[in-house]
Amino acid sequence: MSKIKVKQLSVSYGNHEVLKNISLEIPERQIIAVIGPSGCGKTTLLKSMNRLLELNEDVAVSGDIYIDGTSIYHAETDVTCLRKKVGFLPQHPYPLPMSIYENVAFGPRIHGLDIAKTVSAFSKEGGGRKEKKREMDLLVEHYLSLAGLWEEVKDRLHAPAAKLSIGQQQRLALARVLSVEPEIILADEPTSALDPISAKLVETQFKILKQNYTIIFVTHILRQARRLADYIIFLYMGDLVEHELASQFFTEPRDKKTKDYITGEIS
Amino acid sequence: MKRRKLEENIFKGMMFIALFLVFAVLAGIILVVTVKGLSSLNLSMIIDTPKGGYYLGKEGGIANAIVGSLYLMAGATFLAFVISLPVALALQKEYLGKRFADFTRLILDILWGTPSIVYGAFGFVVMVFLGLRASLLGGIIVLTLLMIPIMTRAMDETIRLVPFELKEMAYALGTTRMETTFAVVLKQALPGIFTAIILAFGRGIGDAASILFTAGYTDEIPSSLLDPVASLPLAVFFQVGTPVPEVQARAFAAALILLFIVMVINVIARLLGWRFSKNIVR
Repeated sequence: MSKIKVKQLSVSYGNHEVLKNISLEIPERQIIAVIGPSGCGKTTLLKSMNRLLELNEDVAVSGDIYIDGTSIYHAETDVTCLRKKVGFLPQHPYPLPMSIYENVAFGPRIHGLDIAKTVSAFSKEGGGRKEKKREMDLLVEHYLSLAGLWEEVKDRLHAPAAKLSIGQQQRLALARVLSVEPEIILADEPTSALDPISAKLVETQFKILKQNYTIIFVTHILRQARRLADYIIFLYMGDLVEHELASQFFTEPRDKKTKDYITGEIS
Repeated sequence: MKRRKLEENIFKGMMFIALFLVFAVLAGIILVVTVKGLSSLNLSMIIDTPKGGYYLGKEGGIANAIVGSLYLMAGATFLAFVISLPVALALQKEYLGKRFADFTRLILDILWGTPSIVYGAFGFVVMVFLGLRASLLGGIIVLTLLMIPIMTRAMDETIRLVPFELKEMAYALGTTRMETTFAVVLKQALPGIFTAIILAFGRGIGDAASILFTAGYTDEIPSSLLDPVASLPLAVFFQVGTPVPEVQARAFAAALILLFIVMVINVIARLLGWRFSKNIVR
């Protein structure tokens, strides 16, 4: 069943049309790679799915996107709820200007999530009455573990997040995204600023997370798409060329442009 | 190659000379004020109000002006902060359109450049119209007006430096504009906001012209907001203009105290800025 339906989506910045009439469906609980040459609209497509695009000036969007059958561009859509449901992992991980602990606790706090409920869902200690602080501690530990960062930071949770290495910052960003319990994770070239080891850690977490989340990531590294993705969306100069199961996409590309891109004729 | 090396050296030399000039002037001011004022500076100067007649007398101290300046600045800095911060935040593109924001910035820059005597005259006219006399309250209000443009613009510039990606990160979590502003933007901009307060404080505490007519001058320490109040800049202004050497020396002592207060406030602000900057994302 498809999680996201994009219908005739066009996006332009001023007079420049970046996405041209894109329609596609995205399956649930898989890893989806958006690939294509630089400037083909990959990031724009990604950011249109949680309306982060709107933070830019001069953006015009037409068409619509449906998540679980609900329009996200409808006038009554609450954009804060949308963004809680559709998390975003950036290319360059900016930690929020607070401690490691606070970076993870921030999201649940602003959304007023029922921490006790979440905690009892994963805590071995059961749902007994504990004080709020303790619950938040468990929550922070849970999401840092889920992002594969807990072991490295458990002794300095209250140190500034800005002091972490960039690879750790990216996993902290992942923990932060997970902490508001999204269903979809958008990731914009999440490993491009990282060293190979950190990049591998992030990829490993993605493979684990896809059991519970729909992960859509942008990459310009074909090998990474091959390694991770179950499903591929190929954009070229703002047009949707192909969207296909990864196995099919790489072995039997239908379009000539796809074939040229895979073989490296165009890049 | 020789020519380029020469250019490099000439430029270095120019920078060095300019830097030296800045230090020399600063050292000169401190030296003159210290040499001329130190002889009259004693405990009585700090803790006593003027004795021996009018405020140009040689006896007693200038506690009236010290306390007066602190009262004026406490009130004006607080009020200016309460008004400047919302204005600076409103100028950001999340809230105001670029055109209106730029127009507001222009207005603030013009107000910033307006001589303080104009603020003083304006305040005086308004007070006469309202039937008020020179008072602590009048001084605080005019100083607040004087400080708002500089505080707002300094805050605005530092808030504008917060990286877009950082705000984007917060919005991506589903925050509202206010949550992003308070939890992320202001935290990131905090050291700059301290600097903005200090810049405005520096302008306010040293200004004589704006409070000349609005705060007045008195030998007493004011007991209510409606009493006239003395201030350090005016203590310097009145005393340095007399032909009596002893009174002139008291002017320099007052200047020395003023410099000392500015220095202490600066150091405290730096320390606070440093204390709150450990979480800043660079």
